[in-house]
Amino acid sequence: MTRKVVITGLGATTPIGGDVPTMWTNALKGVSGARTLEDDWVAKFELPVHFAARASTPALDVLARVEAKRMDPSTQFGVIAAREAWGDSGITEVDHDRLAVAFATGIGGVWTLLDAWDTLREKGPRRVLPMTVPMLMPNGVAAAVSLDLGARAGAHTPVSACASGTEALHLGLELIRSGKADVVVCGGAEAAIHPMPIAAFSSMQALSRRNENPEGASRPYDKDRDGFVMGEGAGAIVLEAEEHALARGARIYAELAGTSVTADAYHITAPDPEGLGATRALKAAMFDGRVQASDVVHVNAHATSTPVGDKPEYTALKAALGSHVDNVAVSATKSQMGHLLGASGAVEAVLTVLAIYDRKAPVTINLENQDPEIPLDVVTTARDLPSGNIVALSNSFGFGGHNAVIAVRSV
Amino acid sequence: MASNEEILAGLAEIVNEETGLATEAVELDKSFTEDLDIDSISMMTIVVNAEEKFGVRIPDEEVKNLKTVGDAVSFISNAQA
Repeated sequence: MTRKVVITGLGATTPIGGDVPTMWTNALKGVSGARTLEDDWVAKFELPVHFAARASTPALDVLARVEAKRMDPSTQFGVIAAREAWGDSGITEVDHDRLAVAFATGIGGVWTLLDAWDTLREKGPRRVLPMTVPMLMPNGVAAAVSLDLGARAGAHTPVSACASGTEALHLGLELIRSGKADVVVCGGAEAAIHPMPIAAFSSMQALSRRNENPEGASRPYDKDRDGFVMGEGAGAIVLEAEEHALARGARIYAELAGTSVTADAYHITAPDPEGLGATRALKAAMFDGRVQASDVVHVNAHATSTPVGDKPEYTALKAALGSHVDNVAVSATKSQMGHLLGASGAVEAVLTVLAIYDRKAPVTINLENQDPEIPLDVVTTARDLPSGNIVALSNSFGFGGHNAVIAVRSV
Repeated sequence: MASNEEILAGLAEIVNEETGLATEAVELDKSFTEDLDIDSISMMTIVVNAEEKFGVRIPDEEVKNLKTVGDAVSFISNAQA
């Protein structure tokens, strides 16, 4: 008998809200978190992209100065989201040897790494901070969350580019099902709005260059989409074995019914044009969660707003859901908050859980002329989801051909 | 060249910046590890910041001999002389 796993705590810090209630209110309203960057490095390096979606609440407004000093910005976001999720779960007593962490990042401590390199070149090795290594390591965020909560059943860091956050939930589910933990704090964090990653993503033509209109730049499914918008922040979810949650009378948002991870093995960055890897991931997550296509009412799509990325996801949804795809309310929330890379799957999982719990699908903004090759039912004003037993899916795909899908069921 | 009082005040500011400890807590007879709960990584950061502030060099092998705040003040004072 497979252990049932439920979701009991949510946390987030994002470009459209520094906590879950603010983010969710804005996600239903439809706002953009993208802004012109005021940093002097934009002009200094003549970056082709002048905007991004920064976290709406700076981490240093939330954390104590001294604790923040020992954390890369990505870890700061992760700890903020994890603390919110943990508080939200209402857990007051836990067997710390049965509490695990699965906290992802796409890039890791890129600010710390590059600041240290600048310091080495400008001031020499003596000035490179002794905390540099623990701050830049990709497992820094999982380690910080583990330390913060006293989680001793392992602190894991799945890294699969922009699928990382979703893969963290996949791992969390496996840890509980296999009996290695009773509670897992899952999530993803990213803070890569730095000139080097912007230059690098730009040179691969992945970023929107709509410099004159940052708020209109992230436009998934629109026929004039020209790339994604860099975002930053973190999302966190407390997963709990159902019997553990019931024993303490917890509020249960939803069931994490199934998850899956597949690899395209097609190209290092380009999605398989037929979406075969994504199709297998969708089918596998549905099989894992005993989900019928007709149960699915909502999809939080990966939909980054790149010209080549959005369509294969539609192809995959059609292949996995058949003709029922026409009845599914699809939200592309990256239209609002940009692409949080390794955090995106975690934040979108939080939105997916709330969509099931509140039975409302969040908004896709900037959809003015829907690409005729992607005839999905895209949610452009907040929409009620049906009553009864319902399921939502959330997809994430990452460079490297990574595909990860979660299926969230109402309880 | 800084007086011992000035060195103490400067060190207290560096310790406060790194650890959040009140500057008044940084007294000559206090042990960095036992009393102020400063770990080795924070200690190295404090040392490097002190080198910059007071224009001295504190060799790595000397750091383990700086057990109290007073040891650090004396070392910096002598190094400046």
